[in-house]
Amino acid sequence: MMPDLGNYAVEVISAYGLSSIVLGFLILTSVVRNARVKQRLADAEARKDA
Amino acid sequence: MIKLFWRDVTLAVRSGGGFGLALIFFLIVVVLVPFAIGSDQIMLSKVAPGVLWLGALLACLLSLDRVFGLDFEDGTLDLLATSPIPLEGVYLAKVAAHWLTTGLPLTLAAPIYGLLFNLDFEVRQLLFLSLLFGTPALSLIGSFGSSLVLGVKRGGLLLSLLVLPLYIPTLIFGAQVARSAAIGQNFEVPLVLISIVSLITLAILPFAAAAALRINLR
Amino acid sequence: MALTWKLSSYWDKFWHLANPKVFMGWSSRLLPIIIVMAAFCLSTGLIWGFFFTPDDARQGSTVKIIYLHVPAALVAINGYLLMFIGSLFWLIRRQHVSVLIAKATAPIGMAMTAIALLTGAIWGQPMWGTYWVWDPRLTSFFVLFLFYIGYIVLWSAIEDHDTAADLTSILALVGCGFALLSRYAVLFWSQGLHQGTTVTISDGVQQERISDVFFQPLLLSMVGFCLLFLALLLIGTRTELRVRRLKMLELREQML
Repeated sequence: MMPDLGNYAVEVISAYGLSSIVLGFLILTSVVRNARVKQRLADAEARKDA
Repeated sequence: MIKLFWRDVTLAVRSGGGFGLALIFFLIVVVLVPFAIGSDQIMLSKVAPGVLWLGALLACLLSLDRVFGLDFEDGTLDLLATSPIPLEGVYLAKVAAHWLTTGLPLTLAAPIYGLLFNLDFEVRQLLFLSLLFGTPALSLIGSFGSSLVLGVKRGGLLLSLLVLPLYIPTLIFGAQVARSAAIGQNFEVPLVLISIVSLITLAILPFAAAAALRINLR
Repeated sequence: MALTWKLSSYWDKFWHLANPKVFMGWSSRLLPIIIVMAAFCLSTGLIWGFFFTPDDARQGSTVKIIYLHVPAALVAINGYLLMFIGSLFWLIRRQHVSVLIAKATAPIGMAMTAIALLTGAIWGQPMWGTYWVWDPRLTSFFVLFLFYIGYIVLWSAIEDHDTAADLTSILALVGCGFALLSRYAVLFWSQGLHQGTTVTISDGVQQERISDVFFQPLLLSMVGFCLLFLALLLIGTRTELRVRRLKMLELREQML
């Protein structure tokens, strides 16, 4: 299944691995921050209307 | 505007004004380098042109927060804003004062410090020239950065963070002049380039800095 | 005459879309589509490139890194362009969504620059024998990375939102000019070891045509990265709009 990466297996894997980590971190923080702010805003709006 | 210029110059030169500070800092950096990278004469003379440029550049950073910071804090800047001088003129006057009291002394000192690295006369000459054309850019860019971070408390570190990347082209061309001279290569191209950088920043940054000052004075 | 009238009405319609409430509306409808498309393109492109392309004669399997490096670099550069435009529209028209687009682009662009740097260094390692080389391409990206950081830090250093927007926009405009200047300065500074662009991107210089075998999955991956960027940008801008509204509400609460 895995292609024969030859001598450069470490490099290729680490490149893909590191990139996935950075991308994953980016996506995760974006989504989590979005949800958190959305919640806080909803609370603030509720307090305002109350 | 001329009055403002001379006022800033005298303020800087007075005791406590930090006039010699840049020169001393430059000297300290120069002394630290052999401790850091070893005393091998040949290697030192190879890196010397760049190191001297870097030292001058870093020393320039020191007095930048004084450019607008002091006047901002005591309200003088508000007064200057309402005066008939446009803010662009205020910026230029202060840049000129900064250059005269920081950039120019560093430019004059560099060839002398270059003796510590046993640089040839031609190299020191071109080091001087490159700094002469380059330090105005450093003063211009640095003062622009200072106008941005006026309202930030303890903005010194932020100032360095913003200004140092902006200094990169100037450093590249300036140091290249000195290095080219050291290895006997053609130095005219980087010399022209660094002059162009100074001229472009002179043309554009006054407006950007004045805008930033206006915003911070609101 | 009629044409200019029609164009101006398109112009107004365009700006209507940039109204914060309207923006929230259409971005929430568009977002799921973009996310799905991004996921599809990205996974297809990367899987195709990773598993189903041959090795390069000279570079061996490291050529597979191209599917990450090139798209990330593309997005990083375009992020800068977007920040420039967003900042410009804020300074000219005081358009809130524009400046928040610029603000939201920064962390994404920074991450993409980091990926470009990491993959670029790793890609070069087998060939150059060192973990890092100060070649023009990589060094330019490093400088770009620093500019991104400066912009982000300035935003967080200033408390008042509108003042921060103003100052960071000025920084962005001046910074873009210097970033461009730095690109050429760095090129001047080093002859470099980089093999030259293989695909027409920022330089516009095509030195080596890569064969279709590599190009097709690369194209897919590039589209995927761009869509991912767009999705993250929309999410980020929505967050920033909410943050701004939140701050206003909290400020009102404090004053009452």
